[in-house]
Amino acid sequence: MAADAASARVTKTERSGTGYLRYGAGKLGGAVVSLLAVLVTSFFLFRLIPGDPVKYMTGGRQVSNEQLAAYRREFGLDLPLWQQFTDYCHKALTGDLGTSYQFRAPVIDKITEALPNTLILTGTAFVLYTALGVVLGTRSAWRHGRLGDRLNTGLALTLYSIPSFWLGLLLIIVFAVGLGPIPGLFPTGGMESGGEEGFAYVLDVAHHLVLPVITLVAVEYGQTLLVTRSALLDEMGSDYLTTARAKGLKDDLVRRRHAVPNAMLPTVTLIFVNLGRTVAGVILVETVFSWPGLGGLFYQALSVPDLPLVQGLFFVFAAAVIVMNTLADLIYPLLDPRVAR
Amino acid sequence: MTTTDTPAPAGSRTLAWQRRRQSAARFWKNYRTHRAGLLGLAALALFVLAALTAPLTVGSDVANVTDAPGSPMESPSAEFPLGTDRFGRDLLGLLIWGSRVSLLVGLLAAVLSVVIGALVGITAGHFRGAYATVLMRVTDWFLVMPTLVLAIALATVMSRSLGTVVLAIGVTTWPTTARLVRAQTLAVESRPYIERAKALGGGHWHIMSRHVLPNVMPLVLAQTTLMISSSILAEATLAFLGLGDPTVVSWGGMLQEAREAGAVSSGDWWYLVPPGIAIAVIALAFTLCGRAVESVLNPRLGVAR
Repeated sequence: MAADAASARVTKTERSGTGYLRYGAGKLGGAVVSLLAVLVTSFFLFRLIPGDPVKYMTGGRQVSNEQLAAYRREFGLDLPLWQQFTDYCHKALTGDLGTSYQFRAPVIDKITEALPNTLILTGTAFVLYTALGVVLGTRSAWRHGRLGDRLNTGLALTLYSIPSFWLGLLLIIVFAVGLGPIPGLFPTGGMESGGEEGFAYVLDVAHHLVLPVITLVAVEYGQTLLVTRSALLDEMGSDYLTTARAKGLKDDLVRRRHAVPNAMLPTVTLIFVNLGRTVAGVILVETVFSWPGLGGLFYQALSVPDLPLVQGLFFVFAAAVIVMNTLADLIYPLLDPRVAR
Repeated sequence: MTTTDTPAPAGSRTLAWQRRRQSAARFWKNYRTHRAGLLGLAALALFVLAALTAPLTVGSDVANVTDAPGSPMESPSAEFPLGTDRFGRDLLGLLIWGSRVSLLVGLLAAVLSVVIGALVGITAGHFRGAYATVLMRVTDWFLVMPTLVLAIALATVMSRSLGTVVLAIGVTTWPTTARLVRAQTLAVESRPYIERAKALGGGHWHIMSRHVLPNVMPLVLAQTTLMISSSILAEATLAFLGLGDPTVVSWGGMLQEAREAGAVSSGDWWYLVPPGIAIAVIALAFTLCGRAVESVLNPRLGVAR
């Protein structure tokens, strides 16, 4: 600390490159540890269950002891716990997540089958709610305290308090089943009507997408709006904005060139974290709209319960969130170099 | 709060109480300036009153399937203002009765979550070193996990009961509180009077309970209020997915029944609208209160304004 300022500055710039590498390696290491922890948890969590998993599999039917033993052998439940665990880890790392009880198919196949459908739904919703949240949040902060701001935040908070599944059900009643004079405009559920091809198929899927996407956007955009708004509010008292105004820049320009880029930093993190959060939202929305994605599959697995499938999906959901968070951690210092120091 | 380490001069307790009364009065005076907060508080009072007086106004037999008063799926009428469900039970009665479970579970889960969070946060902030490192790693891990997915998984593997739901929500939502409380603890512990307390021989327990805890209490209070609203939503979600206690009436459970009874495809909106509004209003009420409390205690944030 006693060293003169100049040399201190030099060492700091020299280290800044390796600083990011060290920071990044740390974050990646953390992510790997987290993923392993999820793997361990997903194994032991589903061994908490009292009673015999085989009983769930047979769904209360009358089965002979020989059959039960055969099932146990088939699913590897006759082995000692530690051996089941090492088997599980070994298989999981090679992409084998076990066999679903109810579908009698590899869990990984069911997941890869449903994944693209979920990506279509969440991808569309994600782009829309992020754009909506950032735009409205910026406007709200820039005119904070005015009527428009209060309506914006009020609506965001209200929609945030509404259970997504309920909103979905209402939208189905009003816009799909039709209520009173309103005719049903959209399909009640599913992803396609079947039989369509080419461009007609794309249109058909888009038609099916409308209501679930509206639901997801409505419940998710509020978070982005509020974070963008408060980040921008924090920024608005800053001296550099006063300077920018003092040198005669137009208000609009001050906002777009100076305030918003700086205030976007927390929002960037949030956007990635949101992608993870959408996972939970998508379970409910897909359930309500019978969307054939991961969330709908999760619901089907819960009601049995189809433990290998629940376990596999739990792992996939958690892994997706961890990967997203790590990406946010890795991108953040590129935008704001202070973080990596 | 009853033991003192040094013999207190006479009247110090009355002095302390006076001070507490004064700060409560100041708090209320500030809180009153938040119109949204007052609105939330009023809505809350209404719900709590309805929940507490439910045994008098509707009676516990409202959930009885066998001697339901009406015929199945009646639309709203003078006799049944909100209509009846698929068993012919009075939906208004069920709605009022359901507020008990939603409020109770929300409250208990939030308290459990905040207690775990505060405990982890204070101890991690007070004891540094390996203990804190391990604890914060665990916290971070819980923080990145998708809360609802973890809660669903927990509720799936445990037996269906209210206790399970409370536990599933409580043990998955504490990390945010832990982080906030830890940060506040670190700030408090760097103040000089903690040094003085240590020099005078104050032990870990004394520092944490007499100095740190009172200072993080406002934060904990605001956090609890906000947490209740997300716990109520989480309870409704779990019940809707069929993971709640099937023997009790709750708003999420009512929605699940409505969906199973085909209320959506037959357009029986009156079966679906009231429970959802109830959930949304109470969650919003707690959020508004929480934000008002937060901005009174921490005016610099200025979120609620």
